[in-house]
Amino acid sequence: MGVRRPEPVPARLRARDVLRVGAVGLRTRPLRAFLSGLGIAIGIAAMVAVVGISSSSGAELDRRLSALGTNLLTVSPGTSLLGEQAQLPADAEAMIERIGPVRQVSSVGEVSGAKVYRSERIPEAQTGGISTYAARLDLPATVGATLRHGTWLNAATERYPAAVLGADAARRLGVGAVGPETQVVVGGVRFTVVGVLDPVALAAELDSGVFVGRPVAEERLGFDGRPTTLYTRSDESRLEDVRAVLAATANPQAPNEVDVSRPSDALAAKQASSQAFANLLLGVGAVALLVGGVGVANTMVISVLERRAEIGLRRALGATRGQVRTQFLAESLLLSALGGAGGVLLGAGVTTGYALSSGWPSVVPAWATAGGLAATLLVGAVAGLYPAVRASHLSPTEALAAT
Amino acid sequence: MTYPMIELTDVSRTYPGGVAALASVSLRIGHGELVAIVGPSGSGKSTMLNVAGTLDRPSSGTVRIDGYDVSELDDDQLSALRATAIGFVFQSFHLAARVTALDNVAEGLIYTGLGRAERRERAAQALERVGLGHRLGHEPHELSGGERQRVAIARAVSGGPPLLLADEPTGALDSVAGAGVMDLLHELNASGTTIVIITHDREIAAGLPRQIAMRDGTIVSDSAAEPELGAEPAPAAGGHGEWSGVR
Repeated sequence: MGVRRPEPVPARLRARDVLRVGAVGLRTRPLRAFLSGLGIAIGIAAMVAVVGISSSSGAELDRRLSALGTNLLTVSPGTSLLGEQAQLPADAEAMIERIGPVRQVSSVGEVSGAKVYRSERIPEAQTGGISTYAARLDLPATVGATLRHGTWLNAATERYPAAVLGADAARRLGVGAVGPETQVVVGGVRFTVVGVLDPVALAAELDSGVFVGRPVAEERLGFDGRPTTLYTRSDESRLEDVRAVLAATANPQAPNEVDVSRPSDALAAKQASSQAFANLLLGVGAVALLVGGVGVANTMVISVLERRAEIGLRRALGATRGQVRTQFLAESLLLSALGGAGGVLLGAGVTTGYALSSGWPSVVPAWATAGGLAATLLVGAVAGLYPAVRASHLSPTEALAAT
Repeated sequence: MTYPMIELTDVSRTYPGGVAALASVSLRIGHGELVAIVGPSGSGKSTMLNVAGTLDRPSSGTVRIDGYDVSELDDDQLSALRATAIGFVFQSFHLAARVTALDNVAEGLIYTGLGRAERRERAAQALERVGLGHRLGHEPHELSGGERQRVAIARAVSGGPPLLLADEPTGALDSVAGAGVMDLLHELNASGTTIVIITHDREIAAGLPRQIAMRDGTIVSDSAAEPELGAEPAPAAGGHGEWSGVR
């Protein structure tokens, strides 16, 4: 009696053995493991794809901006103190040209009253919202416009009734091709369409315009020579300086009646607003992940119920409560991690596919991948905790009796 | 310094609801014994095996396994005791499906703290020992009932435990396979393992050196109590005196 012997000490499970016992359920019920992993995968894929697609579109914007340049400033008349539409002086362009860092200046002047129709037979009321602009020859170079069909105006055609259509204007007028027979009626005069522009990213207002040369506009359409919008390109490094003096230079008498804007800012703002929408989608992805986590928890609860005999056997073989708990927690984590890894791959695939089909660069940020995997592990741990604790508290004899 | 392998003193096990599965049982099984426990269903023999195997704790009384007082050990220490000192064999084998015989046995050693290579080596040896050296790569569904039980026995003895507890090891087998399993258990006993077998089969029980009969949670007869069957070396009059109180 009372003889002390060294107390038995349970052996620690090695990390590899934890992994082995954790994978038992996955190996014996692969379909179930696949389906509950799929729930996690869909949630993670949704989140990674949302982040990836919005990052890709951001990268695309950066690429476009660096191609278009962010050094374009536009000058347009604002409103006077009395709330009337202000006007720019006719010599605004010449004055702006004298600002040192300004490299290029171009302008359009809206020809008020010169309505555009496909033919003389169109009722006068159906103007289609198209404006006529008297344009400088260097306009496309300054705003970065490119031609879809035909050519831009040149020194010869600007004197004659020749017109170039903006992308929207061409669509509304139903002009597909250019040629001597393609004509539109501008202010009651027939103009031959010599070119059609691509959409202009930095000056979207030009898309619904019809462009004619200044000489012909003054001669045939009563153009007053006042520019309505000036486009300037400046040295990038001195852009803010230029911006500061632009209004006063354009209209020294009333600088407050001049609006100066930087179109690339507007594009970035648009991007930011779509970012807000992406955050909403991210929330939807998080809900999907949560549902996936509930699926894993459900699978684990069922697994523990079904595998009572195995749990009893393991206890008989010498597994401690902690080791049983570890086993089921490891299984839950494995299940989630596999689902998460699959989800990241799926999300990256969706992003790449979408980016390729949109002609964007494909970007999946590393933080999204790491964050997605971390989220799955968290979900796996939370989902597995209760079933694992339940498994560890099964009495060995009861568990063995449940055969 | 010899301890009995199993020593139960006034052990009772009462389940919630007041059912007494064991009522003040005292029993001593020495090292190297081969014991049959017989009795009808509900006689408490499985409960006694669970208590002796430390899978269940008694409601009252003292259980000593290889000298350890079970009541002084916590759950983790009991688990460690089971991992090193006790092997279990069940009627329904409890083998993992779609896992080879070798891995089934090796998996049984995972809680002893051995590395994987060592586990597999010992598993192979154990399977060799039970006569299944040619079936290492077979999965349970490819084995006969007798072979499955041999795999389960190999798993139980692979860690070299001094005590083997078998609950109806031949219950799911035909008589030929059952006889084979009993031969194996005899062999294991001959090499020193203490073995306690629960069985319904009177014939099998009769073939073992010591029989303990149970009914209604008590021991009704113990062949070791009769002086001519002195299978147990140590316990003298005092030890036997404990049984006399049991009806």
